[in-house]
Amino acid sequence: MRNASLVLGLVLATALTLGAFIAPPPAALAVQPDEVLADPMLESRARALSKHLRCLVCQNQSIDDSDAGLARDLRVLVRERLKAGDSDEEVLAFLVARYGDFVLLKPPVKPTTWLLWFGPFAIFAVAGLGIWAASRRKRPATAPAAPLSAAEQEKLDALLAQDEHPPSRPPSDPPQRPAS
Amino acid sequence: MIRVATYLPLAVAAILAVVFFWALSGDRDPSRVPSPFIDKPAPALDLAALDGGPRLTKAAFAGRVSILNVFASWCLPCLAEHPFLMALAKDGKAQVFGLNYKDKPEDAKAWLAEHGNPFTRIGTDRNGRAGIEWGVYGVPETFLIGPDGRIRHKVVGPITNDQLKQLRRMIGDLGK
Repeated sequence: MRNASLVLGLVLATALTLGAFIAPPPAALAVQPDEVLADPMLESRARALSKHLRCLVCQNQSIDDSDAGLARDLRVLVRERLKAGDSDEEVLAFLVARYGDFVLLKPPVKPTTWLLWFGPFAIFAVAGLGIWAASRRKRPATAPAAPLSAAEQEKLDALLAQDEHPPSRPPSDPPQRPAS
Repeated sequence: MIRVATYLPLAVAAILAVVFFWALSGDRDPSRVPSPFIDKPAPALDLAALDGGPRLTKAAFAGRVSILNVFASWCLPCLAEHPFLMALAKDGKAQVFGLNYKDKPEDAKAWLAEHGNPFTRIGTDRNGRAGIEWGVYGVPETFLIGPDGRIRHKVVGPITNDQLKQLRRMIGDLGK
């Protein structure tokens, strides 16, 4: 019973966590017409990169979504670097060198972020192992019951015999009131 | 097993309490982006001077403890920290440079004339490109640069009393 509620709790927590990722992002309207590159290939790369770069002013928006001045500056900078022939990785490296990993909305997988990336799975694994171990464990065997004494056995037999042959009573007999 | 399971929620709550206490106490502010430049050489810098004098370049930092303050006349917190910069300039233990961020030169000059000018030299960054080069994401920001040209400390937001003390201590240590 205890395990069942634990499993239910874990399933609910997972559903909530996943829900946060599945929720669709709001429509992006921050990119101004004068920023858009003539080359549609470069522009689509710029848009894709911008979606993964954090606006450091608003911090929970990408520079693609943000109307902040710095976000605009960074969008223009990303496009300039793409036009200059930088690869996507070079553009990201350029910004990481100046603002640190925080500028990336998706933190890179490296030893300092292992806890972040793998911690939840580790917790699930530990919880799963715990449930598995608990379900395998047999209830501690209780000491074998002491055999009934002769008197007890006799009493039990009498009770069982009574059960098998209940005292008959006429069906129409109304319930008896206790004598007052 | 039963006993462990009984105390598990309490143990988890206790661990969470410790984590929350650690996260909420002290000067931790997760919105402050740590600078990747700490203890690294200062990034490129080459800006026209506000007063039309020699350009502000990295060469200006060589051999002395320097402060580079990112400011603008439109920035109210800059006004709040201004007396501290005046005090640091008066100390004379570090050169104080200004990076005038996305400002009109005439506004910046008027602002300095009104409130006092702590800066030995001011570079103008009209389009904010030098700011990006230095990882600036808001005004004011203050960098402390050692005589070897490496950035040693960064203050995000206006300098407070505590940060002034820390800056003075670090300037003293770097100047030795």
